[in-house]
Amino acid sequence: MQKTLFAAFLIAATPVFAADKPNRIIDGPKVVIDDPYKTGMLGYLQKEILGDPEQIALDPRVKVLAPHSAEDSFHVPITIDAREIGDVERIALFVDYGPIPHILDYYPGEAEPWLSFRFKIDQATPVRAAVQTKDGAWHLGGAAIDAAGGGCAAPAAAYASDDWEERLGKVRARMWPNSGRVRVIVDHPMDTGLADGIPVFTIQALDFKGLDGKKMARIELHEPVNEDPTFSLRFAQGALKAPMQVSGRDNNGNEIEATIPYNGAIR
Amino acid sequence: MTLTRRTVLATGLAATAAPRAWAKPRLEYGLKPVQVADGLWMLEGSTEYFNFENGGNIVNVAFAETDAGAVIFDSGPSRRYAEELRKVVTEMMPRGVAAVVNSHHHPDHFLGNQVFSDKPIHALEETKKQVVLHGDSYADNMYRLIGDWMRGTEPVPPNTMLTSNDLTIGGRSFSTVPLGGHTQADLMILDRATGTALTGDLAFLDRTPTTPDADLPRWRESLDYIASLDPKGIVPGHGSFDTEGRSLVQTRAYLDWLDGALTDAAEEGLDMVEAMQIEMPDEFAALGAQPHEFERSISHLFGDYEKAALPEVN
Repeated sequence: MQKTLFAAFLIAATPVFAADKPNRIIDGPKVVIDDPYKTGMLGYLQKEILGDPEQIALDPRVKVLAPHSAEDSFHVPITIDAREIGDVERIALFVDYGPIPHILDYYPGEAEPWLSFRFKIDQATPVRAAVQTKDGAWHLGGAAIDAAGGGCAAPAAAYASDDWEERLGKVRARMWPNSGRVRVIVDHPMDTGLADGIPVFTIQALDFKGLDGKKMARIELHEPVNEDPTFSLRFAQGALKAPMQVSGRDNNGNEIEATIPYNGAIR
Repeated sequence: MTLTRRTVLATGLAATAAPRAWAKPRLEYGLKPVQVADGLWMLEGSTEYFNFENGGNIVNVAFAETDAGAVIFDSGPSRRYAEELRKVVTEMMPRGVAAVVNSHHHPDHFLGNQVFSDKPIHALEETKKQVVLHGDSYADNMYRLIGDWMRGTEPVPPNTMLTSNDLTIGGRSFSTVPLGGHTQADLMILDRATGTALTGDLAFLDRTPTTPDADLPRWRESLDYIASLDPKGIVPGHGSFDTEGRSLVQTRAYLDWLDGALTDAAEEGLDMVEAMQIEMPDEFAALGAQPHEFERSISHLFGDYEKAALPEVN
């Protein structure tokens, strides 16, 4: 009797699921991607960070370059190169495994869809770049990084020195008009809130503008960006013809303001 | 094929045994001392990076015979290594081990200390300080890199501080010279009887120098100093015994190249990942553990070079 009941239940239940796509997972993302890293996290991140887009696919034109192993968990260097894709609106960077997965969003604007920077890593994980084109579609790339870990839960190194408050918001920067490069380093602890007794203290955004106020590029930072964030941007050759302003603020209201001189003259 | 109990058993065994090759216990270093001078032996490690195959045996360890027993220079990467080392030395010398000396605080040079904790373990004060500060995290990382080879290994700091330039044990005297540059404190030892320099990691031969704690200008000064002693032979920290001073020249050349390459990269506006892709001259690309060590050096050193290249603008 029990057997028959069970069989009846199966017959009744089967059509309900069969109507759905075979790969559809309950609460899964709209698009299921065959993830080369198979972390089991990608669907969740598609929903949480990218807002569950309907158009998203792996794209070998999104290149994520990073060392195979993180030598320094507090400053893992990474380069994202999506220059083979035109019309890029936004590049979202995130990891699968880590207490705060979302690293930053880059809106290249006038710049090329290419960015180098550093972030804190908490354990071995793939790091993903999701590149959104102006038509709304997302193109996904990634790289696996091995790590000893622990990069997110330690106090900033700045607190070991007495003058960190005077250094806060100090900008080092230089422009290379010939090669179209711009580099900036902003002194800031970038506290994740995960170190004992130290609340979140982070730069929220950096805007790059012409002297006329015209927006050229924007970076929205999250906690995993490294202490003293260091960014390299690229512009088309010949596109840099004048000084550039960089401005931003942190979550305590401290403002960051600097002018990057033209011609890369030093001091 | 008819299925007998024996065939079933055999296929069953093959199926379970084959994919478990990694669990096979092969964990023996097979240490073989080679005599390099009168009363002085060397155990030469591989020139690779740490991996599960070499078990961390990437380092040179040496020992000298004295009337009181052997004086061992550096204790190796793990407890297992040091246990084998002590056994090998004790078989050769009935008086056993008299003392150990640590050249500096990097894990492959001191993690065998616990096997010799009943003996004097000599080192510079700063080396002890660094072992106390970083020993646990080094050990953690070594477990990650070489796994079971590390079983039972605990970091043990040196217990006897060197306070003079002379160390005499069992009638054999050594110059102990406090240098630096590879790390905060690098001890160079000259075996006076044979004129052999034991440089620790101030000198590498056919293996890429490592830079996690490097101070390049100071390192180069230390190399100049060792060269000025004109040693008859050199036991480098990594690589073969050197009778021609090649290790000093090669290490110096690599550090000079590294310094120039990183200066240029920062001046051209490259970021770290791009700097990691710089093409290396053949002579340096051919060194052991490349390009891995060059990538590591970028992580260790590039921050200072880019700060020098980027002026403050606010």
